[in-house]
Amino acid sequence: MIGLIGKKLGMTQVFDAVGSLVGVTVLQAGPCTVVQTRTSPRDGYGAVQLGFDERPLRRAPKPLQGHLKKAGEKAFALLREFPVADPGVFQVGQRISAELFHPGEYVDVTGTSKGKGFQGGVRRWNYWGGPMSHGSMFHRAPGSIGASSDPSRVWPGHHMPGHMGHDRVTALSLLVVGVQPERHLLLIRGSVPGPRGGYVLIRPAVKKPQGARAARA
Amino acid sequence: MDLIDLVEREQMKTDLPQFAPGDTVKIHVRIKEGDKERIQIFQGVVIRKKKGQLRSSFTVRKVSYGVGVERTFPLHSPVVGKIEVVQPGRVRRAKLYYLRGLKGKAARIQRRTVMEKPETPEESQG
Repeated sequence: MIGLIGKKLGMTQVFDAVGSLVGVTVLQAGPCTVVQTRTSPRDGYGAVQLGFDERPLRRAPKPLQGHLKKAGEKAFALLREFPVADPGVFQVGQRISAELFHPGEYVDVTGTSKGKGFQGGVRRWNYWGGPMSHGSMFHRAPGSIGASSDPSRVWPGHHMPGHMGHDRVTALSLLVVGVQPERHLLLIRGSVPGPRGGYVLIRPAVKKPQGARAARA
Repeated sequence: MDLIDLVEREQMKTDLPQFAPGDTVKIHVRIKEGDKERIQIFQGVVIRKKKGQLRSSFTVRKVSYGVGVERTFPLHSPVVGKIEVVQPGRVRRAKLYYLRGLKGKAARIQRRTVMEKPETPEESQG
C-alpha cells in the first residue's frame, strides 16, 4: 500500500464524536505526484516514486529536470519511493491526495526529529547524575564507562554524551482523526516527529491489520 | 498556522452568549447514560475564561453542601449546551481565584448593572 509525503503544520485539539477533546497534529498530506514507477522486471522491485511540494522546474538540477519532465513540468522539494506490490496501477503524472486515508484508520508517520545539539548523558540517555550539593563533587558526568583491565576497552555502543535529535524517527500506529481532502489535510491523534514545517512520510500502520482497513473501504 | 485556524473554526460555536468572569451562570451539561441523554445544570460563578479559538475554556465555581466545586468546560464542547447568565457580576479582575479563600457572605459578588445593548439579548433577571 502506497503512502504520502506531507508536512507537519502544527498541533491543536478537536472534539471527537463523543465530545471529548483530542490532541491532534495537523499534517499537510500531499498532493503527491507519481514521478516514476519501479517494476520488478526492470528494477528488481516494485515501488512508486512520489514528489511533494511543487517547485518551478528550473529550480531543479539539469539531470533531474530530464527525470521530472516525464511526470510534468514541475520539480519537487522532496522525492521519495514507496514500495508497492503492483506498480502497474499507478501512472506517471498521477496525483495522489489525502483521500488515500480515512478517519478511523491507523498510520505510521516518519519524520526527522528536532535537533537537540550536543547533549550530556543525563539528557541523552537518562543518566541519573549525582547530587548537586551536600559536598558532592559528582554532578552530571557520565561516570564509569566500563570495567578495568578486562576487557581493557569500552564496549561498542556504550551510551555516552553526543549529538542528540535530528534522527529519522517513526511514530507507529497513530489514529487518523480527520481527513480534509479539499485542503489536503490529515488530522492525526497525538504528536508526530519533527518541527513544524518538517517533511514527514505517512504510511498505513504496519502493526495494525490491513483487513480492517479493507473492510471499511 | 492559518490552516490550523481553519481546522479549529469548523467546530467552533458561533451562537455563544456574552458572559464574563464574575457572572453567575447556569450551564446545561449534556450527560450520556447508556443510550439515554439528559441535561444536568451546573450553576455557579465564572472564575476564569481562557481564550484560544477552539481551545477556549472557562471555569465555574460553586459551593455544594459546603464543599467548593470547580468545573472547567471547553467553551466549544458539544457537551456544553445552553449557557444562561443568571446574574452579571461586578468584579475588578479577570481571574477570580481569590474566591477560593472566601466563603459565605465574603464570597458574594456585587451585581453588575448591564447597559441595554441591542446585540446582547439578556436572559432572565435572576
